[in-house]
Amino acid sequence: MKKTFRGAAASILAVAIAQSAIAQDMITEIGEAEGQLRIVAWPGYIERGETDAKFDWVTGFEQATGCEVLVQTANTSDEMVALMNEGGFDLVTASGDASLRMIAGNRVQPVNIDLIPSWNTIDDRLKQAPWHYVDGTHYGVPYMWGPNVLMYSTEVFPEAPTSWSVVFEPQNLPDGQPNQGRVQAYDGPIHIADAALYLMTHQPELGIESPYELNQEQYNAALDLLRQQRQLVSRYWHDAFIQIDDFQNEGMAASGSWPFMVNLLQAAEAPVASTIPQEGVTGWADTTMMHSEADNPNCAYMWMEHTLSSNLMSDLSVWFGANPAVPEACTDGRGMQTAEGCTRNGFDDFERVRFWQTPVTRCESQEQCVPYYRWVSDYIGVIGGR
Amino acid sequence: MTVLDNTTSPAPARGLFERLSDVLWRRPRLLVALLVLPPLAWLGIVYLGSLFALLVQSFFSIDEFSGQIRYELTLSTYAELFRAYNLDIILRTVAMAAAVTVAAAIVAFPIAYFAARYARGPMKALFYLGVMLPLWSSYLVKVYAWKLILAREGILNWAFESAGLSWLLNAYLSLPGVGGNSLSVSWTGTFLVFLYVWLPFMILPVQAALERVPPSMLEASGDLGAKPGQTLRHVLIPLALPGIIAGSIFTFSLTMGDYIVPQIVGTSARMIGQAVYQYQGTAGNIPLAAAFAVVPILIMGLYLWFAKRKGAFDAL
Repeated sequence: MKKTFRGAAASILAVAIAQSAIAQDMITEIGEAEGQLRIVAWPGYIERGETDAKFDWVTGFEQATGCEVLVQTANTSDEMVALMNEGGFDLVTASGDASLRMIAGNRVQPVNIDLIPSWNTIDDRLKQAPWHYVDGTHYGVPYMWGPNVLMYSTEVFPEAPTSWSVVFEPQNLPDGQPNQGRVQAYDGPIHIADAALYLMTHQPELGIESPYELNQEQYNAALDLLRQQRQLVSRYWHDAFIQIDDFQNEGMAASGSWPFMVNLLQAAEAPVASTIPQEGVTGWADTTMMHSEADNPNCAYMWMEHTLSSNLMSDLSVWFGANPAVPEACTDGRGMQTAEGCTRNGFDDFERVRFWQTPVTRCESQEQCVPYYRWVSDYIGVIGGR
Repeated sequence: MTVLDNTTSPAPARGLFERLSDVLWRRPRLLVALLVLPPLAWLGIVYLGSLFALLVQSFFSIDEFSGQIRYELTLSTYAELFRAYNLDIILRTVAMAAAVTVAAAIVAFPIAYFAARYARGPMKALFYLGVMLPLWSSYLVKVYAWKLILAREGILNWAFESAGLSWLLNAYLSLPGVGGNSLSVSWTGTFLVFLYVWLPFMILPVQAALERVPPSMLEASGDLGAKPGQTLRHVLIPLALPGIIAGSIFTFSLTMGDYIVPQIVGTSARMIGQAVYQYQGTAGNIPLAAAFAVVPILIMGLYLWFAKRKGAFDAL
């Protein structure tokens, strides 16, 4: 009797555990649309034709599925993580320096790729990228990727600068004026990686293998370079539109930037252009990830399929100056993008881009690396003049 | 209760509402307690409770290597506040708040004096409108507008250029500390925007205080031979001081907590609000963000204690 009871209890327990495991696991079929979808996204990522009527990849989705799309923009990866930690969102377009943090913190759930019919159209280089594919599990659908380019004023530079040194080292620019006060840098700790990337070429004796995996000595060298940069930078850019304004009204000569700002400035006929310097560039590769407590999972899956199969990838890559996760979007005419456009956005430079990752203590290339937590406080110190 | 029912009238079964009203009538303290409970709960749970939750966070620490929060009580997070770059942030913020407050008092006093003493009828309405109008438009719009005004290719620079005074502006901008590449990327720019944004919060209390100063006192001072300057120093300002201090509480605390102005206009060096914002949003360093958030609370506590001694709240 007692034995049976214990056996029954054990089996009930086992069932309960199994069920909770299933509950935590991904969903296996898409139900009815919930009527809305909340997305945390980079500015300019989700357009419904309000900024420019030609760029709209939301209205069609809303009409087809009945899911109203609500967007909250975030300017840095840290803001994205903070918003996802607060909750209340279904999806996030997370870069590689945020995605692993959210996976580790159980903020996002595994994605069932069987429910996404267009999964196979994704670029093979991205299908199992380490920033969303962890321990054999997919945590998201690749969205967009692109380089952090060097934007420059064509009035100051008749020819494109070939090195990042114009924003790191004090020097006179081609117009004869010093670069001090006329360059900008990104107001996010991940910018330390740009300094490390520069050092990989200019101080090879440091032995940096990845700009996201720095030991103490390499890290200190990067910080020293950034301290030097602080003397040159008048304002660190944080908000894409403030940087656009600064290039129009503050006489900026050069800055690390996104193709997004370059495109908008060029559309406003500002004299700017962008380049990928000899040192290579850092870049972002974003992934649509789903909140672990998403209220609208069905709409979320419909959106993930929509990102791959609609005009989104193609038009967004024109709009943002980025590259689609679906290579065919460059060529098959589903939107405005063309093969030349993708080449211009750096589609063929995939190997030259060091994609954003979260720096962690236990890194691959060496014994111990400086973790992101330290990057944050030290970068605050550098900007504060320490 | 049953005993009571038997002794009084054999009333028919009464509704819940009547019985409740009887109970409350018999026990007035219960009524008061019930009425006070919701606001008290609001204050206690929502306001003080969240403040306490924040305070507790600041006594935890973050593991330097893994970035995980360690839930053990420690003062190490507070010690971190005293690291040079964090101390910089605190000192920078307090200095900015103090400068904005002093400047706001100096600018607001004559305006408030004019409004309290000379403005009448439609003039007074115009004054209120003028002071309040900026508060009606979005704060962000005002800050962005200032960014454009102060920009290198903005209207202020243009005005200096047209007046042939560019050398003056450039000389000022080359000063260390307050200067920069242009006004919009200098501390002076941040200061000007703060001054503009918070000025109404200084003018209104000062004006209220000045209205209460009887004109007869100023006349008496003059009759006793005081020069206008002496009347101002020894009669008017002491009597208006509570208003100035009340206004300064607003300008000081608002400047200290703000994180939007220094992000849009200024040198990008952090102030306390930005530091809190960045630390909490990053690698989950909530303890340090909480410790930073405690700093303005402490400073404001000291400030309020000082203001109370000076009688700033007597006029409320």
